[in-house]
Amino acid sequence: MTVVLSGSEVAKRITARLPDAVVEANDQAIVVESKSLFEVARYLKESPKFSFDFLNYIAAVDYYDYFEIVYQLTSTGYNHSLVIKTRCYDRENPALPSVVELWRGADFQEREAYDLMGIRFEGHPDLRRIALWEGFEGHPLRRDFL
Amino acid sequence: MEVRVPADYIYSALDLDRKEGAAVEELKARSQQPIPDRDRWLETELERNVLLTSVDAILNWARRSSLWPAICFPACCAFEFIATNASRFDLSRFGMEILRASPRQADLMITAGTLTWKMAPQVKRVYEQMGEPKWVIAMGACGISGGIFRSSYNVVPGYNRIVPVDVYIPGCPPRPEALIHGIRMLRHKISRGHTEIVLPDLQTIRTRRPGAAKRKAR
Repeated sequence: MTVVLSGSEVAKRITARLPDAVVEANDQAIVVESKSLFEVARYLKESPKFSFDFLNYIAAVDYYDYFEIVYQLTSTGYNHSLVIKTRCYDRENPALPSVVELWRGADFQEREAYDLMGIRFEGHPDLRRIALWEGFEGHPLRRDFL
Repeated sequence: MEVRVPADYIYSALDLDRKEGAAVEELKARSQQPIPDRDRWLETELERNVLLTSVDAILNWARRSSLWPAICFPACCAFEFIATNASRFDLSRFGMEILRASPRQADLMITAGTLTWKMAPQVKRVYEQMGEPKWVIAMGACGISGGIFRSSYNVVPGYNRIVPVDVYIPGCPPRPEALIHGIRMLRHKISRGHTEIVLPDLQTIRTRRPGAAKRKAR
């Protein structure tokens, strides 16, 4: 059975390494600054203590005030998992660093979030719509889409 | 050579062989003539009959008796179709158990499932690749009107936006009985159809014949 790591415990280690990265943390998840997301992700993947070599999914949530992007990570070696989140306050032009470089599985997931939520992932090698066709107006999973 | 048999056997091996031989000889003696064909009377009966019918009746009979469905199963109604096709409901009663992977060999499209706008061009293309005459059954709520997804941004509200539909089968999904009822309605529709046979114009054929123009000029 996969062990779910406590977010606040992991956050302490992240803060020791990257002081301004963590916004808040509880037992379930860690919320990190969007500009330091890539650094946090790289640390979690490459540090031998965590070695999160597998990205389960990327989810995007629309909370009206901000978009929240959720990443669930798993280490196949240690068999533990962790959820990290980040927030995008710019509704007109939300942008985040891409993690495709770290986990190839993020490719289609980020394209889906771009297609349906309109979040741009900077550094994605091929950011196109994936479910809808090119030329579709708007991003249908946003709460204000109608 | 003497055959040694264990003492506790009821029959010796030789006795068993003889019994078998007697049975074979008896069956062989009884089976010297072929069993008469029980349908032999049909041949003489058929010779006495001449059946008169119309071209429409023959063509419609042939068409409705072996409808071959093209594969167009985008969503869950397909499972009811599979159930209909399998042993319990036995679609082969209607001569249509073969699902053609190639639309060019099919003449019926059963649209079993929700269609999205992104998939719509492919479905239209499959329909256009089917040879004439062809029919479409819109199966299920999504096939008829888009169903519960009707107001969605990417669902086609009914297959009749894409292809002409002959029979609508309501249900979400329709039970196999409903599908069979729909197929019977379609067969009824086909049997009342009229085929227009266009014979070539003899005058045009004559003038088009090679050498005809030359002869005229002379």
